[in-house]
Amino acid sequence: MPWNLDSSRPIYTQLVERIQLDILAGKYQPGARLPSVRDLASEAGVNPNTMQKALAELERENLVHSARTSGRFITEDTAMIEKMREELATAQIREFFEKMQQMGFSSQKTIVLIEKMMKEGKA
Amino acid sequence: MKTILECKNLSKRYGRTQALSGINLSLKSGRIIGLLGPNGSGKTTLIKLINGLLTPTEGEILIDGTAPGVRSKSIVSYLPERTYLDESMRIAEAIDYFGDFYRDFDRNKALKMLKKVNLDPSLRIKTLSKGNKEKVQLILVMSRRAKLYCLDEPIAGVDPAARDYILSTIINNYEPDATILLSTHLISDVENILDEVVFIQNGHIRMQEEVETIRDKEGKSVDDLFREVFKC
Repeated sequence: MPWNLDSSRPIYTQLVERIQLDILAGKYQPGARLPSVRDLASEAGVNPNTMQKALAELERENLVHSARTSGRFITEDTAMIEKMREELATAQIREFFEKMQQMGFSSQKTIVLIEKMMKEGKA
Repeated sequence: MKTILECKNLSKRYGRTQALSGINLSLKSGRIIGLLGPNGSGKTTLIKLINGLLTPTEGEILIDGTAPGVRSKSIVSYLPERTYLDESMRIAEAIDYFGDFYRDFDRNKALKMLKKVNLDPSLRIKTLSKGNKEKVQLILVMSRRAKLYCLDEPIAGVDPAARDYILSTIINNYEPDATILLSTHLISDVENILDEVVFIQNGHIRMQEEVETIRDKEGKSVDDLFREVFKC
């Protein structure tokens, strides 16, 4: 099953985001070997050249490094992964608070609501 | 990257019908290129010219620097719109046939691919479903180590699962320095595997562009752009 991609946005950025997320979420462990470009392209249902470009971008961000003949590996820098994960979470939370604000919930009110839901076992 | 296909002022007329009018087109190696256009726009005519099944009325066509002929046929792998295989043949016989014809045919690769889709080589082609026939033909064509693959409507008329199989087979089996020219009007199904598109209309090239550039500049999918350009 190909990845769910939006054809109206550059595919390459979406591949970068998706693999980034897979790394941060631990689908690929630190130090693990990434599948080959062709396998990844086939899994995603995209052009291998586009996948190649996305992996090059991840290399530029130091999330991935390539070892000459044996392929590409996930960074072993767990501190960096942790930091990026936190950044991603922060961005999500900020977006959530903004949406709640639009609905008229202040940050305090939102937190009260979250706590109430947690107590009731709904979150 | 070097040029694998070059059309210079290429025209084709059938009697009074102008199928292609003065096309100039240059395609590079190592790319997957969509040849997109409405019915009757000239897609199949162009592909037949590339394969030497038709001769140009005017202009010329060069494949890896030479006109269509024995040499070009040895480096172009062609999937026609309709099958040319004798359907009373068994799959294994079709494999022998390809092995005899083409020096670049990799028999083991073909057998492996058949096994993967659970197709028994002793089956006769005429007994296969439409989707399976299409798979067998694609396996034969993709088992050649060609420099240019011309696939004329490879996914027309097959179910979505067979489509996914066909597209992943294309991704997995072409040589990285080869080019695939794929004609279709099912754009949304193929656009994510393309590097580049060529829009053709009434025998003219309307546009030749990188697909990522289209998404980036227009903020549209190739499918949306196609609908806009070819609005009836």
